[in-house]
Amino acid sequence: MNAHVSPPAETGCDVAIRQERGQRAVFCGLTGIVWLHRKIQDAFFLVVGSRTCAHLVQSAAGVMIFAEPRFATAIIDERDLAGLACMNEELDRVTRRLIERRPDIRLLFLVGSCPSEVIKLDLPRAAQRLSQSFAPDVRVLSYSGSGIETTFTQGEDACLAALVPELPRAEAGAAPSLLVVGALADVVEDQFARLFDGMGVERVAFLPARRAGAMPSVGPNTRFLLAQPFLAETARVLEARGATRIPAPFPLGAEGTTAWLRAGADAFSVDPRLFAEVTAPGLRRAEQALAPYRTQLGGRRVFFFPDSQLELPLARFLSREMGADLIEVGTPYLHRGHMAPELALLPAGTQVVEGQSLDAQMDRCRAARPDLTVCGLGLANPLEAEGLATKWSIELLFTPIQGYDQAGDLAELFARPLVRRTRLEV
Amino acid sequence: MQLTLWTYEGPPHIGAMRIATAMRGLHYVLHAPQGDTYADLLFTMIERRDARPPVTYTTFQARDLGADTAAIFQDAVSAAYERFRPEAMIVGASCTAELIQDDPGGLARALALPIPVIPLELPAYQKKENWGASETFYRLVRALAGPKPQLTSREGRRPTCNILGPTALGFRHRDDLVEIEKLLAALGIAVNVVAPWGASPADLGRLGAADFNVVLYPEIARAAAQHLQKTFGQPMVETVPIGVGATIRFVEEVATLAGVDPAPILAGAPSRLPWYSRSVDSTYLTGKRVFIFGDATHALAIARVAAGELGFKVVGLGTYTREFAREVRAEAALHGIEATITDDYLDVEAAIQAAGAELVLGTQMERHVAKRLGIPCAVISAPMHVQDFPARHSPQMGFEGANVLFDTLVHPLMMGLEEHLLGMFRDDAEFHDGAAPSHLARHGAGPDAPAKTITPPPVPVPPEGIVAAWEASAEKELKKIPFFVRAKARANTERFARERALSRITVETLYDAKAHFGR
Repeated sequence: MNAHVSPPAETGCDVAIRQERGQRAVFCGLTGIVWLHRKIQDAFFLVVGSRTCAHLVQSAAGVMIFAEPRFATAIIDERDLAGLACMNEELDRVTRRLIERRPDIRLLFLVGSCPSEVIKLDLPRAAQRLSQSFAPDVRVLSYSGSGIETTFTQGEDACLAALVPELPRAEAGAAPSLLVVGALADVVEDQFARLFDGMGVERVAFLPARRAGAMPSVGPNTRFLLAQPFLAETARVLEARGATRIPAPFPLGAEGTTAWLRAGADAFSVDPRLFAEVTAPGLRRAEQALAPYRTQLGGRRVFFFPDSQLELPLARFLSREMGADLIEVGTPYLHRGHMAPELALLPAGTQVVEGQSLDAQMDRCRAARPDLTVCGLGLANPLEAEGLATKWSIELLFTPIQGYDQAGDLAELFARPLVRRTRLEV
Repeated sequence: MQLTLWTYEGPPHIGAMRIATAMRGLHYVLHAPQGDTYADLLFTMIERRDARPPVTYTTFQARDLGADTAAIFQDAVSAAYERFRPEAMIVGASCTAELIQDDPGGLARALALPIPVIPLELPAYQKKENWGASETFYRLVRALAGPKPQLTSREGRRPTCNILGPTALGFRHRDDLVEIEKLLAALGIAVNVVAPWGASPADLGRLGAADFNVVLYPEIARAAAQHLQKTFGQPMVETVPIGVGATIRFVEEVATLAGVDPAPILAGAPSRLPWYSRSVDSTYLTGKRVFIFGDATHALAIARVAAGELGFKVVGLGTYTREFAREVRAEAALHGIEATITDDYLDVEAAIQAAGAELVLGTQMERHVAKRLGIPCAVISAPMHVQDFPARHSPQMGFEGANVLFDTLVHPLMMGLEEHLLGMFRDDAEFHDGAAPSHLARHGAGPDAPAKTITPPPVPVPPEGIVAAWEASAEKELKKIPFFVRAKARANTERFARERALSRITVETLYDAKAHFGR
């Protein structure tokens, strides 16, 4: 379509970064609701958008049967567009009906969509107005999960960024604290909390917290570690509140987890011997868990389609720890600053593509005949039918994959489709 | 603005995608923002198709809005034509693109492609998925159905018909089609074109060559069939062959139009449903209170099956298909109830609660309600999820479809013996109230699940009535009534007390009410 090839950008490392534009087969940021509504247990996500938005969210999450769902859509109709109904009054009415039905809700997110952004409905102001009218029982915030502005996991970034200005202020004289940013599986969160505790880092908090009333405080003495690679805006607003980012690769695989933990430990001047002592058992278990997968993944040629921004750290893990070869690593968006530690670890000559031109990328994938293609569900079955083994990428967001004790599980996710192909006799 | 927890239908462009994906040699260029490609998953995951839908999206982003989105659209159309070389193309906008008003039809026309390019006007803020499918199919038929061919006389050749309606992502369309083709073949009727399922634009050009049309899903194909009736004088059969009775009527109507004898097809026992339903094991199904909701086609057909072929009592009937509200209202009136015509999930939930149903036959959405209320449920209509695109042959239509329906509609219910013993002995540790039917071990609160009694939310009380207080002994007696009719017994007793202005409900009141209302 409108694909164009730009010369490799200057990256300061040996990785070739190319940008591509054209048709994109990715989710919009609304999809983040599917896991965020499970993480923050008393939050509700009200999308303000069209029937398409409602259809998207339920198609993604509706296979689960909900007695009480924690997301919904306020569907804009022709009366709203024609100006026959005041959209702000309509939104207030819909929100009241929702809160009456669900009095257990403590935090309500008004989530912007493409239609609400295009017609410039002022959701931040609506959130402010509604917050006042429901205070103190319900807090109302807003963020945009629209496809025109956000890709898949960027919805979480926008959501967390909306939370940051609301976080309690930590006093300037407060003791330094560590904030781990990015929604993690509860089990992973608990493991990281134990590890930091073992190193003597006492004040550790996680964003988002599991409950609306328990969100961490932030201030000039807050250091934060990103646990997820897609949190550009959240990091920016945390920095605006005086917090300092600790640069690190992301905690995927044994190497990534160690480097991530070490960055945190160094920032709190943890004795390297203590660090080695605390991390040794996890590291040993991770090595043990990863070993059997090296034979399955070693030498395999892997192709990543862009999806979640997890592609670079995952590719780094597969190549350095599993011995896989990288054909192409696609990513929807590349934050050069946050990704610098990852780029430095990728093998020289790795082809990184930011953005997408779907048909051209599929042509490259078909021509390369990779052993494993990491892609979204819209492409997975069609590529399988063409004889290519695929790993559907969305699962990587829904599965605990970070930390030492999940390193084996992470490798298994990639090995499983390959093993499956050897098992099936029909 | 409408608060929507669940939506029964997608936006209209999903309907257009269902037509394009069902067909061959047709490509759809959709002006839509990044992210709307989620719709591909409906086809590749829910329906498990092995190819990408024939849809090119422009996937514009915010930065494109300042520039020339019209040029992006034109580039997409040209590139799609070059790459896929379709026989015909449809072009249109999704809800967001509708707001930026780029006029896909005009832009595509300006490219002067050497194939038919059919513009779609699908108002996303008024209309929904089925309307979009119907409109798209109608536009395609109108544009492509060609001139009236010279039909040879009926003498010395087999009668022919078109089968209209089956689409991608249709509830059991794949298997319904197999059943209907089997019936038509047995009647000696040739099928001219099946559309949109498997048809190419060239096939649509041959529609006029059939003697008549069979409309399987009126929501999708009635408009196109009416057009063919007007243009080519083709009569249509609109009886939906779901259920034994409806299938017999369908066979008779088709046979009449084709001038063939239906008797050999109808002889013997073509379906097992009548015998299964008459066998004594089914006696306990008599008068089971059932709530039915779905698209109009399925809701109407299933209501007739439930009442006339399984002996249930239809206590609720509704549809989200407003275009067919009149037919559904008329059917509901036959059951002495008022139809629930709504696309608001919360209204349906309230209606199910108020009806005191023992079984819900609905869509994927009613499964959420049924879980909340602790009522058995089976899916009889779209919207549905992946489990309702089964690998096995599972038609709804025809005589085999009736067999499938018998199993599907009875399966979620507690079986007869278990139901009896529950009514007699209520303190058993394993078989007790609130435990799921034992053939559905892991559904709902099983015996191993933490003791959690399912308390259906109270039935809404009309404002003029005040609920009499239940005496403890009466409340205890109420618990002795089997759980699946308990909500109804409670409501009836309270109504009885209200009508008589009783302030307290005693054990006597409970039994007075029981005698008054019967069952």
